[in-house]
Amino acid sequence: MTSLYPLVKNEVLKILKKKRFLVVILVLAALIPIFTYAQLKVAQNLQEQFGSTDWKLETQQRITDYTNRLGSARVPEEWKKYMMVQVQQLQYYLDKDINPQSPNGVTFTRGFLSETVSLFVPLLVLAIASDLVSGERSGGTIKMLLTRPVKRWRILASKLIALTMFVSLIIIMTIVLAYLISGSVFGYGGWDMPVLTGFQVDGTEVNTAYVHAIDQWLFLIMQGGLAWFSAMAVACLALMVSVLVRSTAASIVIMMASIIAGLILANIASSWESAKYLFMVNLDLPDYLTGQLPPIEGMTLPFSMTILAIWAIGSLIVSFGVFTKQDILN
Amino acid sequence: MSSSAEHVLSVKNLKKKLGKTMIIKGISFDIYAGEIFGFLGPNGSGKTTTIRMLVDLIRPTEGTVTVCGLDVHKQHTEALKLMGSIVENPEMYPYMTGWENLEHFARMVPGIGQDRIQEVVDIVGMHNRIHDKVKNYSLGMRQRLGIAQALLGKPKLLIMDEPTNGLDPQGIKELREFIRRLANEGMSLFISSHLLSEIQLMCDRVAIISHGEVIAVGRVDELLEQSTGKVLIHVDSHEKTMQVLESFNGLEVAEAEEIEMAELMRIPNTTILAVRMDMAEIAQLNHALVVAGVNVFAIQVKKPSLEELFLNLTGGESID
Repeated sequence: MTSLYPLVKNEVLKILKKKRFLVVILVLAALIPIFTYAQLKVAQNLQEQFGSTDWKLETQQRITDYTNRLGSARVPEEWKKYMMVQVQQLQYYLDKDINPQSPNGVTFTRGFLSETVSLFVPLLVLAIASDLVSGERSGGTIKMLLTRPVKRWRILASKLIALTMFVSLIIIMTIVLAYLISGSVFGYGGWDMPVLTGFQVDGTEVNTAYVHAIDQWLFLIMQGGLAWFSAMAVACLALMVSVLVRSTAASIVIMMASIIAGLILANIASSWESAKYLFMVNLDLPDYLTGQLPPIEGMTLPFSMTILAIWAIGSLIVSFGVFTKQDILN
Repeated sequence: MSSSAEHVLSVKNLKKKLGKTMIIKGISFDIYAGEIFGFLGPNGSGKTTTIRMLVDLIRPTEGTVTVCGLDVHKQHTEALKLMGSIVENPEMYPYMTGWENLEHFARMVPGIGQDRIQEVVDIVGMHNRIHDKVKNYSLGMRQRLGIAQALLGKPKLLIMDEPTNGLDPQGIKELREFIRRLANEGMSLFISSHLLSEIQLMCDRVAIISHGEVIAVGRVDELLEQSTGKVLIHVDSHEKTMQVLESFNGLEVAEAEEIEMAELMRIPNTTILAVRMDMAEIAQLNHALVVAGVNVFAIQVKKPSLEELFLNLTGGESID
């Protein structure tokens, strides 16, 4: 029995030789400076507006802003809920004398990761995952791959292991590149800055009973772990689609469409409650750490993780079931 | 085990149903050690589907494929260790070099090292280009790399699907010699083709397949003996010749293929007829034609070919 190691090595080499990971790195390296610049502009604007760099003044201004808009009758009910939660959180930060938006590399990285986890990171994962199997089929190499004295499940398992490694690398590279690039502008500090976590949103009330401050580096690790979890769920689903669909293009389109549908649903479907069982509205795991209002009522961190795990395991069962039995007709 | 051990490959009553249609309707044949076995059939007759079942890419609806007594599906790993194959085109990873491709496939079989890779590269004579990317290879180069890949595991049985595709005449000749050399070293070869002449030149035994059924299996020379040859008659008058032909018994006017016509010099206002007949009667026919006032320019005896045999067996289904 061959060990899995040479098979995994094969898969890793193929991903590298196809230059897929290089594309991922280049996309990150091109996009992060753009976001860094945008962030810098926002900071400069605020400074001009308030004429000072005092974050307390700025935070107070934001609270007033939200409160004013809450009084308006034209604001939809959902937005009001969101703003009420925001107001209570900002007030809490103000009371504890902690700047929620202190400008430094680590804070930028934290913000970048939570913004990208629902669309951008899945896209990078798809760049690797979508043609793992469909690429072998459209290239015809699947015939040589499956006529080796190796059981089919071992071949798919080696692909899954290689995929897991690259998903981890994508999360790590996102964090590392965001920190290195933004740090050159905002400074490389901020590791031990306190961040508040443990907000519990109950209706429109923010329960601060469990709120506690943790160092930002720990927060970043927690965030990275959750981002990895949701990226793995996307990876497992993409692997299944790649097994089921022969064309890589179709496989990418199917996955992108469902992820974008998730983004849209998260914005409009707060009244359609059973939408919370779809995987794509549950991808934004790191948001639970900062106590954002969940897209649909009743969603919590353990709930979302369970849903993602069920979808991921389900797609792995389908992937292995189909891959080990299917006839390779062309 | 005792009966199947002498057979390198044994196919028994193989059937495959796709949807509601039976594509392969019960194929059986055996391949012995050191023999070159041809698998002949027109495109769409089920050759490739059968080959895919031989290497466990497709699961048969019914029947078994055993290699040296090992079932290719139930004992997948053990059975495929004994086989090397190229199914249809030898598609490799275009973004890797030939050598990297071989390394990739070598990693999937335990105990194949760099020295064996070098060995197969030498066997197919590719040392000059082996470190180029596969996307820059010609089809002929890819065929060679495909063979190199198939030989990696020192197989007892080599399966090749249309191996002459994309090769120039020189390449085909080299391939033929190469295949014969492998067989002389004790390897069994399974070669599919829709080109009858190729099979005729290359193979010891042949199975002829049509519409998912084996219609004949046997030694190539024995099968050819069953076939009656074709005679091409080059004359000036089609009408008069037909009258003469009708007076002969057991004679059948066949259609002359374009390729056969091209072998004869064309003279204006003449016609070429193809006739299936007993060779002993050729002189008599010539005499009768002359007596009837027909000008005969040429009478050519075509050696019986598998093509004729195929047409006889299938009742005129065309093959290209």
